[in-house]
Amino acid sequence: MHLITSSTQRGFLKRDCSPLSVTSGAYLRRPFSHYLWPKRECSTSAVENSVGSETKEKITVTFVDKDGEEKVIRVPVGMSMLEAAHENDIELEGACEGSLACSTCHVIIMDVDYYNRLEDPTDEENDMLDLAFGLCETSRLGCQVIAKPELDGMRLALPAATRNFAVDGYVPKPH
Amino acid sequence: MQRVSISQLLRKPTWGRHVCPPSSSRSLHVCVVGSGPAGFYTTEKILKYHNGAKIDIVDRLPTPFGLVRSGVAPDHPETKIVTNQFSRVASNERCSFFGNVSLGRDISLSEIREIYDIVVLAYGAESDRILNVPGENLLGIHSAREFVWWYNGHPDCNNMSPDLENTDTAVILGQGNVALDVARILLRPTSELETTDIADHALEALYKSSIRKVCLVGRRGPVQAACTAKELREILGTKDLSIHIKECDLSSSSADEEELKNSRIQRRVYELFSKASASRHPHSISGQKELHFVFFRRPDRFLPSLYNSKVRGVSIEKTSLAEDVGSGKRYAVGTGQFEDLDAGLVLKSIGYKSVSVPGLTFDEQRGVVPNLKGRVLKNNSSHPILEDGLYVAGWLKRGPTGIIATNLYCAEETVGSILEDLEKGAVRPNRHGRPGLVQALEGRGIQYVTLSGWERIDLREKAEGNLRNRPRTKITDWAELLRVANG
Repeated sequence: MHLITSSTQRGFLKRDCSPLSVTSGAYLRRPFSHYLWPKRECSTSAVENSVGSETKEKITVTFVDKDGEEKVIRVPVGMSMLEAAHENDIELEGACEGSLACSTCHVIIMDVDYYNRLEDPTDEENDMLDLAFGLCETSRLGCQVIAKPELDGMRLALPAATRNFAVDGYVPKPH
Repeated sequence: MQRVSISQLLRKPTWGRHVCPPSSSRSLHVCVVGSGPAGFYTTEKILKYHNGAKIDIVDRLPTPFGLVRSGVAPDHPETKIVTNQFSRVASNERCSFFGNVSLGRDISLSEIREIYDIVVLAYGAESDRILNVPGENLLGIHSAREFVWWYNGHPDCNNMSPDLENTDTAVILGQGNVALDVARILLRPTSELETTDIADHALEALYKSSIRKVCLVGRRGPVQAACTAKELREILGTKDLSIHIKECDLSSSSADEEELKNSRIQRRVYELFSKASASRHPHSISGQKELHFVFFRRPDRFLPSLYNSKVRGVSIEKTSLAEDVGSGKRYAVGTGQFEDLDAGLVLKSIGYKSVSVPGLTFDEQRGVVPNLKGRVLKNNSSHPILEDGLYVAGWLKRGPTGIIATNLYCAEETVGSILEDLEKGAVRPNRHGRPGLVQALEGRGIQYVTLSGWERIDLREKAEGNLRNRPRTKITDWAELLRVANG
């Protein structure tokens, strides 16, 4: 996959697309498969007025799925992209629930500027990235990318599922 | 008759609210055989993409989750967290679990295909590749699969009793992640295993183990080693363990350099081997355990003890690498130079293998069910004929490779094929599903285990574990499992 570096395309929608309550930092273990469960009704204005979220700074992040569809969400500083995705109905697997024991929350930072604002991945994260499908130069694990003010406006792509998914025989792009 | 279109049934899997169509969705009765990652990811996706699907998951064991429960090492609890997701799938009102039901023994494939519109076989690989060398049946030689099942409390292996007291050396053939797992369990301080869900009988045996040295033997070199960085890094960092890697084994040819250039996984593994070799101390500290990486050696035959049929060692042949002109793959060839490795325990970690059931076309050589994107084939020729309504997912489809997450994409492909076949009318739902299965099982007196039954086992294991500062204490006896399950 080629690197997307066009920072000029980096507009963002002001519309808040998150219908669910965002609690102050605490990660609710919302299952990704919660679409199989009845939805909690929660109005956006109620969210904005709640004490916890008022005091927390938020950044804007755009998720882009493999079909190019975009979803813009607001993420409190300190929340991981995996948690944020789950809070907002975004289809991002998280098999190990953020324990650095899988690669299913793999995301691609679309602008290299933003990629460079992240702390370097640890050996442990790199070990998991080794096994990620559709790995490329600005890949990170969603559970390790934590919202901070410098990441406001970041765009994250969900990797396309590849046809060639056997571990032996699968050759990740050279780095 | 009004047909419900796939576009009404299909929900785009992205952002949306999951809205049910105004008209009721036609029922689709699905049976998934196997409740490991392949079975559960398949079930999850069918539930997501088809509003009318009702899915019964059948498993030979009273307990679900396949190798996540019986394969993942006890000291890797984070890798087991995915069972939370699988449990939520199992709890879905359109899903039922039927444990203690063995395909082939309790109910045949043809019967299941009569009862369900769609059958997905996802029962993995419960057998082993064999070496086919003399002495392979000597006592003290086990497959890694059985050894792993033994320390993980699988009820089929609770009486295995591998002898860890007659020898100070174990030889493990293979250098993949399973090989590293068994080496690590043999070499870790037992105090570190006390707070895991390792089976009691295994911990007891490890307390008494006299094994001080483990050799991991591979046919090729560190550039080709099948293990991955996380597992290698972990074992290299084991407490009180000296690592032995021959520096000459690390020298890389230009062909090796080419392989390394093209693979991030192999490059990082090779770097770990290089660092470990460079930093090793010349002499082992007395009392320390040893881990030896033996490269470029293949087993020629196993050597029996003088007075009984126990193994006392393995004769290994030095190899060099040749390249297959067609595929570019590098494989080991013998050089005619032999040496002996003394060992009283040998574990073969050279690959799992699937087993077939009557009524299924099976590729004996590759150990998989011939298929096209998950659609099972009646034959394996240049004019393939598809079986109706029969699909395959996971290791049974792809061979026994990959990680848990590999099944995510595998299931996506198989479920994609199922949905395509529904849309084009290749499958016409007209079966009755669950009541048929229940009738057949009850008629035969089969004591199947429901999800509630598994939850009783789960609660009991966790409660027992809690008393001893462990996540769970596994119930390893068949009869006991069924007793607890059925209340």
